[in-house]
Amino acid sequence: MPGVCKEAKLVKDTESPEKVPGRDGYGHGLLKVCENDRRVVVCEADLADSTRSGWVRDKYPDRFFDFGISEQDMVAQAGGMARAGLVPFVSTFGIFITGRAWDQLRTSICYGELNVKFGASHCGISVGPDGATHQTLEDVPLTRVLPNMTVVVPCDAVEVEKAVVWAAGHVGPVYIRFGRAAEAVITTEETPFEVGRTEVFRDGDDVSLVACGSMVYESFLAAEELSAEGVEARVINCHTIKPLDVDTLETAARECGAIVTAEEGQVYGGLGGAVAEVLSQRCPVPMRIVGVPDVFGESGAPGELLAKYGLTAGNIAAKARELL
Amino acid sequence: MRDWAELEETCRKIRRDILVMLAEAGSGHPGGSLSAVEILVALYWNILRDNPVEPEWEDRDYFVLSKGHACPVLYAVLAARGYFDRNELWTLRKLDSMLQGHPHRIDTPGVEFSTGSLGQGLGLASGVAMAMKRLGKPNQVYCLMGDGEQNEGSIWEAGMTAAHYDLDNLCGVVDRNYLMIDGNTEDVMALDPLDEKWRAFGWNVIKVDGNDLKQMTYAYERALLEKGRPTMIIAGTVKGRGVSYMENLAGWHGKAPAKGEQVQQALTDLGFQAPWEEYKEHKFDWVA
Repeated sequence: MPGVCKEAKLVKDTESPEKVPGRDGYGHGLLKVCENDRRVVVCEADLADSTRSGWVRDKYPDRFFDFGISEQDMVAQAGGMARAGLVPFVSTFGIFITGRAWDQLRTSICYGELNVKFGASHCGISVGPDGATHQTLEDVPLTRVLPNMTVVVPCDAVEVEKAVVWAAGHVGPVYIRFGRAAEAVITTEETPFEVGRTEVFRDGDDVSLVACGSMVYESFLAAEELSAEGVEARVINCHTIKPLDVDTLETAARECGAIVTAEEGQVYGGLGGAVAEVLSQRCPVPMRIVGVPDVFGESGAPGELLAKYGLTAGNIAAKARELL
Repeated sequence: MRDWAELEETCRKIRRDILVMLAEAGSGHPGGSLSAVEILVALYWNILRDNPVEPEWEDRDYFVLSKGHACPVLYAVLAARGYFDRNELWTLRKLDSMLQGHPHRIDTPGVEFSTGSLGQGLGLASGVAMAMKRLGKPNQVYCLMGDGEQNEGSIWEAGMTAAHYDLDNLCGVVDRNYLMIDGNTEDVMALDPLDEKWRAFGWNVIKVDGNDLKQMTYAYERALLEKGRPTMIIAGTVKGRGVSYMENLAGWHGKAPAKGEQVQQALTDLGFQAPWEEYKEHKFDWVA
């Protein structure tokens, strides 16, 4: 694809990339950190096969603890394990960590500064047929508002694995969210990844598309669409929502003069909100926020849902055009 | 040989410090702190392996105060044991104090977790116990909860987990004083038969007089002998124990005794005669 930054070391074929579920990256990451760090244990709430924590159960059974369907307890237990020197990875669907166990997350883990990592699977609307009860759309607002929390939304399965490895070595609570459905893999092992820094994946000065998770690839496709009209869009992989890479965002605002954010989450309080907070104070520019428009999701195939709720390259490009 | 008379005297002084601390602070929770004095003194003086000058000692036993609002009794005990300077007690709840209104592990040596939001402590304690099993370490874990706190479902989740994982290195205590903020526990949200509930969840249950040092000590020792399942001690206590105008009354859950006559009367009930403020200037053992 033209315009792709060489430094990003993305896959050669960004036109028709391989598709892998983000949760597979989590499973691979867990295996890696279990292998390399004896302190790591994995906690699960009866969803081992879904979250891929089951890969640890199968390979390192003495490192795996199932708590059954009790997420509040799982988070507290992980807090206790961390206090005792282990490095627990808590796995379940995003809504159950950030919804049901939010008090434990806030008070025991974040206020108590306990070294617990969260692998939040099945985030976004692409969960699909299970419907709204299981489509986690609110987790980024719920976690980024917590002091001492790091919030990472990797753009593909390869990046999820890197985030897991980073989290194991970091001291402090870390929340990593990823999806159920197979999504485009555009990064490689060599792609730079540093929590707290965003990556510019594509150069452009007419508008900046700041995205996270699955919407990074959609932003690429949007950039391609815009390029055919003579509009060059910068594509920024904003994988760390907290702490936000304020400098890269400010530079993008100054140089492009227009920002479109895109995320598989609610339009209120997520990546869009975080970027708006920062830029309105540092470098106010016209913005558009692409996300689920303050409604709950519903059952459907992942692709259908993304299309229906506007989480598409076409919509990102349309919003960009509004700013030009 | 244990000197029970001296330990009774220690309890009396801990109660004194709780009252002086709360009067100075102007707010806090006397009722549930006073009911738990023997529960903590028996544990810290007779049972717990710890090291006040090395609070993070890796071979220590852990104590989790799940009913975090009762931190005055914990702070008084930690100060008396030498975890920090006694003078810190008089800064409770004040700006920049190392003694927060609810326990904060970052600020206070000897505090394992930041508790206060009820229902989380047993899960935290159980997590430590699970880690000890995984690491093959013999450390014991203790967790004190309130009885009103038993309403929280998260406690029962932890109860299931501890039984499922055979955590015989975990000992819970319920401060069964039968009172919560809105009244008697059985009127607000009935708990009894509480002992049968814990038994049904797979725990070894011991019922004792929680204001009796010997009974509490024997209960802890019995818990240490239990193999294959955790122990829950249901400690029958009197809320506000030791203060005539507080005993068995709901209203003293979260109201500190006022400076002056009110706190002075409480000290008189305990057998202390000096003006209440003077106790701040003297060592723990000064009993005028």
